[in-house]
Amino acid sequence: MEHHAEVLGGGVWRQRIPNWRDLVIAILALALLILIGSGARQMVAPFVAAQQPEITLSPEVLPLYAVRTTIRMLAALVASLIFTFTYATLAAKSRRAEMVLIPLLDVLQSVPILGYLSFTVLFFVSLFPDTVLGPELAAIFAIFTSQAWNMAFSLYQSLRTVPQDLDEASRSFRFSAWQRFWRLEVPFAMPGLLWNMMMSMSGGWFFVVASEAIAVGDLQINLPGIGSYVARAIEERDLGAVAWAIVAMGATIFVYDQLLFRPLVAWADKFRVEQTAASIVPRAWVLDLFRRTRWLKRAGDAVGSATAIAARARLSLPSNVRALIAPLAPRPRVADLLWYGLVLAAMGYVVKTLLGFAGAELSWNDASIAFENGGLTMLRVAVLVALATVVWVPIGVAVGLRPRLAEKVQPAAQLLAAFPANLLFPIAVFLILRFDLAPKIWLSPLMILGTQWYILFNVIAGATAFPSDFREAAASFRIGGWRWWREVMLPGIFPYYVTGAITASGGAWNASIVSEAVSWGPTKLSASGLGAYIAEMTEAGDFPRIALGIAVMSMLVIATNRLLWRPLYAFAERRTRLD
Amino acid sequence: MTEQPGAAIIDLRRVCKAFARPSGEPLTVLADINVSLRDGEILGLLGRSGSGKSTLLRIAGGLVTPTSGEVLYRGTPLAGPAEGIAVVFQTFALFPWLTVLENVEAGLDAIGLSRPEARRRAQSAIDLIGLDGFQSAYPRELSGGMRQRVGFARAIVIEPLVLLMDEPFSALDVLTAETLRTDFLDLWTEHQLPTKSVLLVTHNIEEAVLMCDRILVLSSNPGRIAAEIPVPLAHPRNRLDGAFRGIVDEIYSILTSRAIASIKAQGEVHGGLAQALPPASVNQISGLIETLAAAPHAGHAELGEIAGSLTFEVDDLFPIAEALHILEFAELGEGRLKLTASGRVFARSGTQDRKRLFNEHLLKFVPLAAHIRRVLDEREGHHAPRVRFESELEDHLIRRDAERTLRTIIGWGRYAELFEYDDKARLFRAIGPGNA
Repeated sequence: MEHHAEVLGGGVWRQRIPNWRDLVIAILALALLILIGSGARQMVAPFVAAQQPEITLSPEVLPLYAVRTTIRMLAALVASLIFTFTYATLAAKSRRAEMVLIPLLDVLQSVPILGYLSFTVLFFVSLFPDTVLGPELAAIFAIFTSQAWNMAFSLYQSLRTVPQDLDEASRSFRFSAWQRFWRLEVPFAMPGLLWNMMMSMSGGWFFVVASEAIAVGDLQINLPGIGSYVARAIEERDLGAVAWAIVAMGATIFVYDQLLFRPLVAWADKFRVEQTAASIVPRAWVLDLFRRTRWLKRAGDAVGSATAIAARARLSLPSNVRALIAPLAPRPRVADLLWYGLVLAAMGYVVKTLLGFAGAELSWNDASIAFENGGLTMLRVAVLVALATVVWVPIGVAVGLRPRLAEKVQPAAQLLAAFPANLLFPIAVFLILRFDLAPKIWLSPLMILGTQWYILFNVIAGATAFPSDFREAAASFRIGGWRWWREVMLPGIFPYYVTGAITASGGAWNASIVSEAVSWGPTKLSASGLGAYIAEMTEAGDFPRIALGIAVMSMLVIATNRLLWRPLYAFAERRTRLD
Repeated sequence: MTEQPGAAIIDLRRVCKAFARPSGEPLTVLADINVSLRDGEILGLLGRSGSGKSTLLRIAGGLVTPTSGEVLYRGTPLAGPAEGIAVVFQTFALFPWLTVLENVEAGLDAIGLSRPEARRRAQSAIDLIGLDGFQSAYPRELSGGMRQRVGFARAIVIEPLVLLMDEPFSALDVLTAETLRTDFLDLWTEHQLPTKSVLLVTHNIEEAVLMCDRILVLSSNPGRIAAEIPVPLAHPRNRLDGAFRGIVDEIYSILTSRAIASIKAQGEVHGGLAQALPPASVNQISGLIETLAAAPHAGHAELGEIAGSLTFEVDDLFPIAEALHILEFAELGEGRLKLTASGRVFARSGTQDRKRLFNEHLLKFVPLAAHIRRVLDEREGHHAPRVRFESELEDHLIRRDAERTLRTIIGWGRYAELFEYDDKARLFRAIGPGNA
């Protein structure tokens, strides 16, 4: 294999000698392998519900706990990727599948994540009754449900918006479907998918605590990890241990960001479609290091060329086979009718079963209680998003208009968004108890603690992107004060703000389950609301009412998205166009 | 070229293309087209935007299926993109994540060559097209001209019989475009390309005359072949040559006579409401009047000449010329534009007088303007919703033309102070005595 591109320093002979960078990478890789191996081995250990390993609160166990938690999250990420590549591809390629899969995805992502946990944990435990693998899989599945949906949406959107000229070029080259997927569609989707993977990883942390210390009805499972460490610390009212957990989690996030995501982002930079050279090229020391190693680079090139060969392979049925199959397929009209019939029948069956189930277990009274609670949570979300707006929009604009400051604040805001805010809950609860505050009001801010940052960094991005000639025009006409905000800045950042607010409110809904009912040792605080309702029903193992709560929450989330956010988003897009 | 034209490689027979519209009746973009692309020629497809020329190229390449009619490639019906046909795109259509070399190799993926063989052929295409030294660059690092060279290399690497070029030079600046044209013509005339024939879509008249052996002029709405013009000049051609200019002027004449005929035909039916107004702004109209009035034109000029001096292409110049013709500030005919008496007055006047004159002409020569004015005068409250006129126009025009006509009349009417338009409320208002 030749490389026209790079003429490495030194002759052919010298290239065979590994350099110091090879050594660094080798040590890094070995350390990671050993850690992952030992973590993974414990995951398949025998499991007896009564004799679970004690979760200790001494800080020495934290590194190993952090590794086990990270393995769960990465396993969930891999599962999410597999799900994304199958589900989103199917939805984008088949009109009939799309009709069912996309609305389904919309519902799936509005279901609160803990809702999945209460339903699936028993299934997984019964699937592998004698090993700890069952609960492990349940935890991984819970994390998966917090990661997969936005990734699938991202890939689906990309597949549907492949630029027309690239699409025509691939067709005129007669790429097979396989070649087209790997040569055109996946590379095009890569930046969006990667960004969503990072968002997913951050989102996953939020639910690690809940997924590692599972309590559904009588079943109590504690899986060694940072999440169960925190749960234990809360039980023991140990603020010092909570602080240790926060440190460990911060360190973990930093490490996998440096080792995994930064290299990926720097590598994926070439998949951007904009044809202008970027002023800031993402860099990552791990990737640089890797690219400069000698032996490893050769190994990497071998892998690269193997994948290139795989992507170049046509992998399509020979034309004579296709010609044989083609007449066998039913006519499109007939197939459509069959398909609609099938979908309708399936829906009818599901509705009938659900109604039967609900009719036997639930009364109208239950529904009205759930909706009342839903209204309360909705009010909270609205007030909190409004509050966060009042606080963060002016700050975001102030930061965004100072490019050098924005450069420093932006990554910090993103890190804060990645930080699981529920780790701070014990501290908040401690304060509420200490000062005897009303939980109905003072628990509410916890919902938005983690997601307010989306408003901040989107506003910063908007203010940074605000055309400087508009600002100069405003300055030269001496537009100031409130008029400046109303006529110049707010319309300019509006689309960015809407993007941030959508994420923030969605996140707040999801967080309500964790934040409306919290405990500190034996003390339980409840703010009432739909989140608290679902959390209480989960604790009681009351499945029909968990389902009811989840259904109500999905309905409310979907309704707000359809009735408020989507029209606002469309309006923002229309308003800011010049033509 | 002097050689006898060979056999047809691609044959389009009675091809029609219509797109479905949400409103119901389909929009016909191409009607009854017969084209043969022959062995050994560069065939030009020339037309204004909306004439369906790019769609025609895509039909010839198997990227778009015609609604009716058939496409024969080497005598057999074409079903989808075929081996031996390569496309060069206006937007280059390079894969941003592949290097120059990988982009060129990508063209060979479907053929299933061995890797060294693919590398060898890509390398020789890169050498031929003048991209040596850029192999490892990513498209975003390249200038527009270099990007389009990659586009060419990627097309010829598959050694195509037919090269379909969709306005390949229109996204480039004037100088770069000229360099690429000459380089391509050199390769073509020296028979260095494996390609037997080329189909070039363009809206640049000089480019068509410079490169093609035969030019088909397409008319718009729906696209039909209006004329076929052979270009019996030897390469390299000289733009200043009399015969060259003669052909350019002939094409301008054909396009102007089509334009005049369609203005006349539309003006005569449905009380003038079927007249599509060209997308020309008041500033462009004033600018062209001033240019015509000034030296060296002194009131009349060849369209080709104006286009050359303003580096305008057909799509830039024709709408403005048509607007002048419709408003009777100038007369269009035989590829020439001649100012009328009031056009000369307009050129000499100050802002307020110009507005008054424009107002008069608008009411007199644009039936739609008079119609809007009448409706506003008659209606109580002196305002009328935009939809009202929109639906009236859509009775006679296709949606896109109706939309464009309304936008034009709003611009003209606002300038002439004939009416006000409120875009938020989507409402036309009369300028009352109170707020004039």
